[in-house]
Amino acid sequence: MSAVLETLMQNDLLSSVAYVTSAILFVFGLKLMGSPDSAQRGNLLSAGGMLLAVVVTLLSSGLDYKWIALGVAIGSAIGYVTAVRVQMTAMPEMVALFNGSGGLASLLLGASEYTSHGADPEFQGFTAFVTFLAIIIGGVTFTGSVIAWAKLSEKIDGKPILYPGQQFVNAALLLTALVLGVLFTLDPTRGVLVGASSGGGAMVLSSSIVFLGLVVLSLMLGVMVVIPIGGADMPVAISLLNSYSGLAACAAGYAINNSILIVAGALVGASGIVLTNIMCKAMNRSLGNVLFSGFGSGAGGSGAAVEGEAKAATPEDAYYVLEAASTVVIAPGYGLAVAQAQHAVRELGDILEDNGTEVKYAIHPVAGRMPGHMNVLLAEANVPYEQLVEMDGINPHMPNTDVCIVIGANDVVNPAAREDETSPIYGMPIINADAARTVYVLKRSMNTGFAGISNPLFFCENTRMIFGDAKKTVESLIEQFKS
Amino acid sequence: MAEALFVFVLSVFLGFELIAKVPSTLHTPLMSGSNAISGITLVGALMAVRVDSQVVSIILGVSAVALGAINVVGGYFVTNRMLRMFRKKD
Repeated sequence: MSAVLETLMQNDLLSSVAYVTSAILFVFGLKLMGSPDSAQRGNLLSAGGMLLAVVVTLLSSGLDYKWIALGVAIGSAIGYVTAVRVQMTAMPEMVALFNGSGGLASLLLGASEYTSHGADPEFQGFTAFVTFLAIIIGGVTFTGSVIAWAKLSEKIDGKPILYPGQQFVNAALLLTALVLGVLFTLDPTRGVLVGASSGGGAMVLSSSIVFLGLVVLSLMLGVMVVIPIGGADMPVAISLLNSYSGLAACAAGYAINNSILIVAGALVGASGIVLTNIMCKAMNRSLGNVLFSGFGSGAGGSGAAVEGEAKAATPEDAYYVLEAASTVVIAPGYGLAVAQAQHAVRELGDILEDNGTEVKYAIHPVAGRMPGHMNVLLAEANVPYEQLVEMDGINPHMPNTDVCIVIGANDVVNPAAREDETSPIYGMPIINADAARTVYVLKRSMNTGFAGISNPLFFCENTRMIFGDAKKTVESLIEQFKS
Repeated sequence: MAEALFVFVLSVFLGFELIAKVPSTLHTPLMSGSNAISGITLVGALMAVRVDSQVVSIILGVSAVALGAINVVGGYFVTNRMLRMFRKKD
């Protein structure tokens, strides 16, 4: 049996068949992800494909199993424990970390390939070029994801970090990396001639210094390109980094000439691009604007100042209105996740339904910090997904809605996006919360949101502000209904 | 080289077609699920840890194996956890 296996492995037939099967499982898995009922099966199929690829690879001869076992054991333990423990509200930063981990793996794989085969003549040219790509994309993915994680988990300020000449510095970094990349591609072993010394001899940067320089530059680039992106734009940044992690794996696949890495990496690369595009469209902004404008730093203005006074209300006031309402729309935002209010909101929704009120949840595509963030939170709280309505589906019904409860959302319900041409978010499609007969905004204070843009919704005639922690407010509403 | 490009373009095209059909409700699990697939680097990393490799390559390879495993194992488990919540409630 083992002799047969040996023969199969030698002509690569077994691994080819297994890799094709894995690729098919990934494709079917992603296809089944298209519907809530089949999505879990899809994920399991995809995991099966991964397991198959790993097991078949382990059958190849010459592997050092004790070290492999160590790496797999450590990685799996860390991955499993974090996956089981993480709170649903912290999902964006979790995905960012896993993403970064994949990016760093691709960088290290490229580095390992270079240290073991960099001197071979075949390495020069195409292999050197794709190794360079794996290093640079993997490095950017890694540090970019770490910065995204730090911003999302508020380890650092979520506001854009800007400084004069920022785009020039970034362009210079990228250009230097590209020049080193070209030199590396042309001859990975030679090093770079940097000038002649006084004695007449050539001064040469050794090839390993060029390589290290590439690694350092890629890591710096990741930091530099993500710091100017504000917290509210994170759905775009995370989608893009997701795409990069796939492309890094793909480049690493070319470097080691492995078809399953190429195919799987390209699939993920494409998927990230599609999501990035959807997120940009939902904000009516170009990708370039999201990446480079430092949106929300206040530099671009905050729109026309709003005249008038916001009217405050207490949960008791809201109770009487909600009690008599026949249609209620709940518009959640990132604040729902921060306050961990999803379970309380579901309970309030149930009570309202029992009271004969029709309850819907209005989901804006960029509400929260990653694509689909609100859907996950509400699903965790067991809100039936028939009650979740997308922006385009809910807006025609807003004028006939008795009460709209805005929970921790700001920009996605800001009417300035519709009316005020000077507002930085002008043109972004929004949920027309202001069209409802009464609007309750649950908010900590009158502070502007993440993007620092003033919101005329708070000053509308039909708007009442209920200040305080969203979860406490919802809980006290529930109390009112129960007593 | 041409063949390599062919495979890449075809896979990207397939990815576009597959993902564009996913409803926005499932975008978070889709992202973490596809993120797990990008941990495929693990497969490449396994092949870098050979008995005849130099110490440096082994260290780099084993680190890549561990990081790839975090990405793969963590990614699939967390996606499964999320998707369990999306099933129809009886």
